[in-house]
Amino acid sequence: MYRIIQTALAALFLFVAMAPGLRAEEALRDLVNALGEAKLSEMDEHIATLAKTGKPEVVAILEALGEGELYASKADGQVFLTKESGSNLTLTDPISGDSAGEAPKAALSKIRVNNSVRRAVRTALGSLTLLSPDRNQRLRAARSVLQSPDADALGAIENALAAEKDAAVRAVLEQARATMLLLSDRPVDEKREAVRLLEENGGREALPILSGALGSADESLKPDIEAALASIEQAQAFWNAGQNIWYGLSLGSVLLLAAIGLAITFGVMGIINMAHGEMVMLGAYTTFLVQDVVRTSFPHLFDWSLAIALPLAFLVTGAVGLAMERGVIRFLYGRPLETLLATWGISLILQQTVRTIFGPTNREVGNPSWMSGAFELGGLAITWNRLWIIVFALAVFAALLFLLKKTPMGLQMRAVTQNRRMASSMGIRTPLVDALTFALGSGIAGIAGVALSQIDNVSPNLGQGYIIDSFMVVVFGGVGNLWGTLVGAFSLGILNKFLEPYAGAVLGKILVLVLIILFIQKRPRGLFALKGRAVEA
Amino acid sequence: MTIRARVTGAFLAAVLSTTAFNGAFAADDTIKVGILHSLSGTMAISETTLKDAMLMLIEEQNKKGGLLGKKLEAVVVDPASDWPLFAEKARELISVDKVSAVFGCWTSVSRKSVLPVFEELNSILFYPVQYEGEESQRNVFYTGAAPNQQAIPAVDYLMENEEVERWVLAGTDYVYPRTTNKILEAYLISKGVAPEDIMINYTPFGHSDWQTIVSDIQKFGSAGKKTAVVSTINGDANVPFYKELANQGIKAEDIPVVAFSVGEEELAGLDTGPLVGHLAAWNYFQSVDNPANAEFIETWQAYTKNDKRVTNDPMEAHYIGFNMWLKAVEKAGTTETDAVLDAMIGISVPNLSGGYSTMMPNHHITKPVLIGEIQSDGQFETVWETPGLVVGDEWSDYLPDSKDLISDWRAPMSCGNFNVATGKCGGKGS
Repeated sequence: MYRIIQTALAALFLFVAMAPGLRAEEALRDLVNALGEAKLSEMDEHIATLAKTGKPEVVAILEALGEGELYASKADGQVFLTKESGSNLTLTDPISGDSAGEAPKAALSKIRVNNSVRRAVRTALGSLTLLSPDRNQRLRAARSVLQSPDADALGAIENALAAEKDAAVRAVLEQARATMLLLSDRPVDEKREAVRLLEENGGREALPILSGALGSADESLKPDIEAALASIEQAQAFWNAGQNIWYGLSLGSVLLLAAIGLAITFGVMGIINMAHGEMVMLGAYTTFLVQDVVRTSFPHLFDWSLAIALPLAFLVTGAVGLAMERGVIRFLYGRPLETLLATWGISLILQQTVRTIFGPTNREVGNPSWMSGAFELGGLAITWNRLWIIVFALAVFAALLFLLKKTPMGLQMRAVTQNRRMASSMGIRTPLVDALTFALGSGIAGIAGVALSQIDNVSPNLGQGYIIDSFMVVVFGGVGNLWGTLVGAFSLGILNKFLEPYAGAVLGKILVLVLIILFIQKRPRGLFALKGRAVEA
Repeated sequence: MTIRARVTGAFLAAVLSTTAFNGAFAADDTIKVGILHSLSGTMAISETTLKDAMLMLIEEQNKKGGLLGKKLEAVVVDPASDWPLFAEKARELISVDKVSAVFGCWTSVSRKSVLPVFEELNSILFYPVQYEGEESQRNVFYTGAAPNQQAIPAVDYLMENEEVERWVLAGTDYVYPRTTNKILEAYLISKGVAPEDIMINYTPFGHSDWQTIVSDIQKFGSAGKKTAVVSTINGDANVPFYKELANQGIKAEDIPVVAFSVGEEELAGLDTGPLVGHLAAWNYFQSVDNPANAEFIETWQAYTKNDKRVTNDPMEAHYIGFNMWLKAVEKAGTTETDAVLDAMIGISVPNLSGGYSTMMPNHHITKPVLIGEIQSDGQFETVWETPGLVVGDEWSDYLPDSKDLISDWRAPMSCGNFNVATGKCGGKGS
């Protein structure tokens, strides 16, 4: 009894001494702990109340909630910010920011979030961090305000605008302010100004804002909004065409990568290599293995994993190609049907081998940070990974062209394919050149696999998806001509992407095939046909 | 055995149904169970796991003493993702190996290809995958979800909780997405959604260039109304689709994607960080927290010797189907097809989401429906579930051709497509 009174007295004393600060802190703690007990449907209200306190601590708490790093203790309902460390969680007190030790995961339960909670968090954070000293945080805040405009927040935006120096953040804030103005009950003149600003900035986001405002707008404002809508739509149509060309280039670069190795083995050597797709797949699996090693042993090198994988993939698939040529294909030169069947058999063997070793399921190949995300160029949305793949495809093409045209090895390769017996009598070791050419073609397929692992599944079936397209590109472009492969790949890519919006993906693909068949009827040797005696050899 | 039977035995065995000779020929010391899943070709990615799951279930059952005092023996065949080969392999399993039941198939087209074989040779197939419905066959038990156990509740969830008004129905171009989307379109229109607020898009199998479609979705979604994507995209095409979504910056908070064919296994090949919040509708998630599921996951990871191996919904369907079959055989006291078919209806076994599943007279089962959001660790977190169990509805109420049909395989009706309007067995469909 005595002890209880003593504790109570001590507590009371403490409480009186630090009352004002402590009381506010306790109130905040209660609000935070309430998050742990709330149902999903009640979370929105709790988040709004938390945000209304305007305390700086709330930002970190809400961020953790959105990231799923807020946990409640199962024993006493205390809520903590957490970081994962093995099977334990490192706890941080949400109010004081002090470390609160570690606890096993089983002792805590994660505070559940769904999309509507995440949206509420984003909106709350937007209004809380508009004046943050961190520029990126302000930019995020401005964007989230723009995404969920609320006429009541207009004042806050104008305050933020007055204080903002950074141009990028200002632009977003201006747009957010214009959006809110249209929703608010400000005078028509100010609204007209807002419409003009939205029209100037343009872009796809302005369309729903303006068309939404059209219904409730003042009569005198309607013509302005309609004019703005029309001008934005016109600009959009222009950018859409640009976007289609970009998508076409990007698809073309993928086709080029897949086909360029085949342009050597099939185009230059005339071997129908059905296992070409599997070389691409082996390259992708090499990337997976490299990333696996990098992840476990050298995590700081992750952004370099693709650069490390490139030479390895070239060597691995080149070696497999060499073995194939020496072991099987060299006995079948001049017998295309047998080559086709033998290489098809090899492709099945390779697929099943990979399936046995790595399992039938997809393997995760990560995107390095410089290949993630997108940026805007005018009205074009350009994703980094696609941009790099275009650059990479062109680089591989240029390197290959250099190798064939400017090096002794390239000279020998061309000599052997153009006139084997003459080359042989000039002292060129034709079997060696054959083997090296095939290995080169396979190796290039392998480095294509490194790039394709970034946008496609890494599974044993990876290669099958590309084999038909590769043959299509090489035949269309003209067998035996690298430039033909380049032009063929990009024109098929762009054609496909212009057909797709109208015909749909399925019909678009069929149409492309039909067009190629018609084209081949007219020009059996493809776009860039070889001329002269080489054709007959 | 009569002399005549002995003389012509070999011939008859090949021609007549298994069941007629089950007692005479299969009276050795094992009961054979057929596993008909592709171990090579495009579908190996999904089906190999189910083969392993079945082998594990059979091994576990043998540790518990087998069935009817006999050991179970798995017979594994590889139909190699080749639809006609499915029928051939099914015939081999039933006629040559004399299996008592077959667990198998993934795609609807493979199921359609084996149906006549099971009917002709009178054997039993357990089909573990969510499918388009519009079918009920005497020899098949459908342990995956029918559209009303997956698609419709998912759409309801989006309508109520996310207030979605505009819908993109994106699917791979084959029978399951086409039928499901037809049902969903009819359902959405019945709920007052305007036809111009529904966009339907089909892509070929293995489609890998999603740039145009994802940017179309983004455009469709910027019309000022809340938009969601209902994805019946199947198999390999999912990974590039989600990668493109992430790259073009489509967040789940803005345009959520709810998928019917993306489970834990498919996510294993993806960095799910940018996908947090996108949804999937299933009847089971690995993350479901209950003792039966914890034990199942532990057994599975021990069996595969890989503590990162994930479980998924079709595996749970096989778990339910296998346990139902065990119970039915015990109840019937024999593995003879007709007796087991009769015994199956009404059998109730625990499922892994914390309740019981029952085999209904239409050969579909009762299941809870769970909606989960993708987490950054590649698992799903349940954000909503049906308050009770949902009975699989084989003939959709939203399609004009099938709304009058019901199925009841109990005597005396014993019909898979009874037309309640005309009072006759044999309406539209199979």
